[in-house]
Amino acid sequence: MGHPAAAPERMALVVVGHVDHGKSTLVGRLLADTGSLPRGKLEQVREDCRRNAKPFEYAFLLDALKEEQRQGITIDTARVFFQSAARAYVLIDAPGHIEFLKNMVSGATRAEAALLVIDAQEGIQENSKRHGYLLSMLGIRQVAVCVNKMDLVGYRREAFEAIERDYREFLRPIGLRPTAFIPLAAREGENLIRPSARMPWYRGPTVLAALDAFEPAPPIDRKPFRMPVQGVYKFTEAGDARRIVAGRAESGTLAVGDPVVFLPSGKRTTIHSIEAFHAPPPTRVRAGLSTGVTLDEQLYIPRGDVLCRVGESLPQVSSLLRVKIFWMGRRPMTMQRPYKLKLATAETTVRLKAVEQVIDAATLKAAAKRELGRHDVAQCVLHTTSAIAFDAAGDLAATGRFVLVDEYDIAGGGIVLEAIDDGQSAARRRVLAREQHWDVSVVPWEERAGRYGHRPAFLLLTGKVGVAKQAVAKALEARLFRAGAKTYLLGMGNLLRGLNADVEQHRLERQEQVRRMGEVAHLFVDAGLIVIATGSDLNDGELAALHEVIGRDPMLVINVGPNALAQAVVDLQFDSADDPARCAARIAQLLADRQIATFPPDA
Amino acid sequence: MTHLETIESQSVYILREAYSQFRSLAMLWSIGKDSTVMLWLARKAFFGHVPFPLVHIDTSFKIPEMIAYRDRLAREWRLNMVYGRNDQALAEQRTFPAGRLTRVECCRTLKTDALVNTLSGQWPRYRMDHATGQYVRETNPQPYTGVIVGVRADEEGSRSKERYFSPRTRESAWDVGDQPPELWNQFKTDFAPGTHVRIHPLLDWTELEIWEYIDREQIPVVPLYFDQGKGERYRSLGCYPCTFPVKSTAKTVPEIIVELRTGKFRDIAERSGRAQDQEDAGGLETLRREGYM
Repeated sequence: MGHPAAAPERMALVVVGHVDHGKSTLVGRLLADTGSLPRGKLEQVREDCRRNAKPFEYAFLLDALKEEQRQGITIDTARVFFQSAARAYVLIDAPGHIEFLKNMVSGATRAEAALLVIDAQEGIQENSKRHGYLLSMLGIRQVAVCVNKMDLVGYRREAFEAIERDYREFLRPIGLRPTAFIPLAAREGENLIRPSARMPWYRGPTVLAALDAFEPAPPIDRKPFRMPVQGVYKFTEAGDARRIVAGRAESGTLAVGDPVVFLPSGKRTTIHSIEAFHAPPPTRVRAGLSTGVTLDEQLYIPRGDVLCRVGESLPQVSSLLRVKIFWMGRRPMTMQRPYKLKLATAETTVRLKAVEQVIDAATLKAAAKRELGRHDVAQCVLHTTSAIAFDAAGDLAATGRFVLVDEYDIAGGGIVLEAIDDGQSAARRRVLAREQHWDVSVVPWEERAGRYGHRPAFLLLTGKVGVAKQAVAKALEARLFRAGAKTYLLGMGNLLRGLNADVEQHRLERQEQVRRMGEVAHLFVDAGLIVIATGSDLNDGELAALHEVIGRDPMLVINVGPNALAQAVVDLQFDSADDPARCAARIAQLLADRQIATFPPDA
Repeated sequence: MTHLETIESQSVYILREAYSQFRSLAMLWSIGKDSTVMLWLARKAFFGHVPFPLVHIDTSFKIPEMIAYRDRLAREWRLNMVYGRNDQALAEQRTFPAGRLTRVECCRTLKTDALVNTLSGQWPRYRMDHATGQYVRETNPQPYTGVIVGVRADEEGSRSKERYFSPRTRESAWDVGDQPPELWNQFKTDFAPGTHVRIHPLLDWTELEIWEYIDREQIPVVPLYFDQGKGERYRSLGCYPCTFPVKSTAKTVPEIIVELRTGKFRDIAERSGRAQDQEDAGGLETLRREGYM
C-alpha cells in the first residue's frame, strides 16, 4: 500500500489594518484568483447577494456571518486555507474596528507573519498604527505593508511613497521593519498575484510573492528545554501503573536519563522514560511535541511547574515581574483588584503593583496614569501571590507571555520584560539546596493521600494578638480529626521552648523563627498531614517566606479579625472568632473547595 | 516537525488543557471521520486512555453501520459511551420528511434540542454497561461544563470564526459578535455558573489532513467513507434522509488522499452532500448560534 507524502508546511498569516481599508476584500480576491474557493461557496454568496439585491463583494466570502454582512464590517477573525506554488497558508482575517481589537489580537497571536493593509486614499489611520504597534509587541517580526485601493488615487507613485515614508517613520522606534511595501488594488486584482501594468514604476513583489518570501519560524530545539506541566496522569483503575508527567516541550530537547529540575518547586530527579501511545517509546523529545515522561522518583509535581534540564540556563523565579501589558477589559485594570495570571500552565493571583508608563499605541505618546483603560498598553510591575517560573519573552516566548483574567474573562495579555528581586531569593536558594538533596519517600504521595483520604496542606491562621485564633485552630483540629483526617495543630509555644530554645525571642530573630516554623510544617506536609498553625501579626514578607519554604504544596491563609496584610492574599477572612465551631466548619468547606479533602457534614 | 505533527501536538495540548480545567467534561462523538480522529487524539493525549465520557446524539436516522461501528469501538477501547435522543419528537414523528418539518427544523429538533438537553442532563442519558454491552439509563445526570467538539475551521463560514475554547450561554447560545480573546495558548477556562464552554481541538485541521492522519495512525473509520463497488462514497456523514454520497471510486484511505490531492473535490464544498446546509443561506450558522455543533 503506497503512503502519500506528508502534508507540506503551513504558515499562519494575519491580515490587519484600519476598518474599511479592504482587508477582507484582499483576502477574498486572493482566494478567488488563486482558485482556492470551493465552487459551492462562491455561488452561495453570489446567490445571497442577488436575493438581497446588493452588489457582490469579495469580502462577503469571508464575512460569512449574517450580522457582518449587514454591518459591512468584520466582527471576528475568520480563518481560510489556501495554497500557493510555494507552500500552504492559513489566512486569518482580523477586524479593523476598534471595538473588536480583542479579536484582532486573538488572530495575530496565532500568526507567524502579517499583512498590514492601508487605504491609499484615506492614508494612515489610528488603527493602522495601533495594529502595527501590537504586532511588534505580540512578537510578529515579519510584516508586509499593503497600500490598497491605489485605483482611487490614480495609481500615482507619489501617493504610495508618501504613505511608505510616513509609516516607516512610525515603525522605526517600535523596532518593526516591514519586509515589503506593496501598492495594490485588491478589488481590481492589481499587484495581487501578478505585477500590475498600471503601476509599472513599482518593481517590488506582488502580495503573493511577498507571502512566499516570509521565512518559516526557526526551530527552537537549540534553546534551553522548557516543558510546562499540564498534568500528572495515573490511570490506575484502568490497570496502568505509569505515573506520567504530561506537557508540551516548548523549547529545547530532552532525553531519557537527563537530570531535570522542576521550577518553581525546585524538585530534582532524572527522566526514567518518555511515553507515547501507538508508537515505539521515544528516547528523545524535541521542541513542539506534546509528550509525557516518567521520573526516577515519585515526586509530587503540581500543574504549572516547568520541567527544565539541569545544566542549561534555567527560568527566573520571582513574585515580582516587570511586564508590558495590553489591556482589553471592559473595566480598567486597577491596583485594588486581584487578577488571575496565566503564564504557560501556571496560574496565580496577581496584583498590579506599579504602572510605570502608559503608551498610546496610536501616537506612541506616554501618559502618567495609575490604572489601565481599555486598549491601553503599559509597562507595569506585577506582584504574584506565590513565586512563578518564567523567562523574558525576548529569550523564550512560550514561557515569557501571559494573560490576565478578570473574573471570568481574559482581559489582558502581556510579555515579561524581566524579573525583579522580591527579597526572597536567599530563602529560595536555601529551598533549592534542600530540594536538591531531598530524600524522597518510596511511598508515592498519591498512595499516601489515597490511604489518608485527603491531600496534605498547611493551614495558617493569622491575625492580631488576642483574636482567638487558637480557639478556631483547636476547634478545627478536633473537627478534621473526627472526620478521619490525619491532622495536627502545631503549637507555637511548643516550638518556642523546644526547637527554638536556642533562638532569642526578640524581634531580630523573628525571621529565623518563621523559617523554622515553615520547615517543621513542611516536614508534616511531606508526611501527608493537614497541618494547622497560628501566627500573630505576620507581615507580607513573612508570609512570602513561608510560601517559599512550604513550596508547591497547598498553603491556605485564614485571617481572623482586622487584616493587616497589604499584599498577601487571604484565602478566608473571619471578622470575628466568636463561634469557633462555625469557623472550623467554614474552613472544612474551604478544604473541599480547594479539592484537598471532602469531609461529611459534621453530625 | 512535519505539519501533521504540529497540528497533532496542538490538538493534544488543547485536550489536556480541557481535562485539567473542566471538572465535568465530555466529548461529542458523531461517529464521523473528524470526531473519530479527535477520539484517537484523546488516546494520544492520555496515553491510551479516554478519561471522560463520549456523547453521541442519536437522531435514530443515522445510517445503521454507524451505530454498529460506534458500539464496537466503545467495547474494544473500553469507552465511557453515552447517548442522548429526542424521544418525544421521535414518538410524535416531528421529523423530516415524515412529519412535514423542513430539514433545518428537523436538525433543530433531533440534533440541537437533543444535544442541549443531553448536555444539561435535563433529558435522559444512556450509558454503555461494559459488563453486558447494553445501554442503561444514567441515574442523576449532571450538566457537562466542558464539551469537546470536532468542528474544523475549513468546513464552513461560521466554524472558521470559532475559538479553541468557545463559551455558550445558559441557553447554549453562541454570541459570535462578542467572543472572548484567545491569546497564544491561553484559553477561556473560567465561566459563570450555568454556562458551559465548547472546546474545539480540530479547528486547524483540513479534510485532507484528517485523512493523512487516519492513514498515518491506521485509525479505523466507518466503511461508508469508501466506495463499496457502486462508484460512490460518503464524504461527510449524517442522517440518511439528508446525506448524499459523492461519485468516487476510492476504496482505501490512500486512495481518498490521492483523490483529495488531485483536486477532484476542490470546487465542491465538503458538506455539499448535507442537504440541510442548502435549505437556507446561513442555515448552519443559525443552528450553531442556537447550540448546534
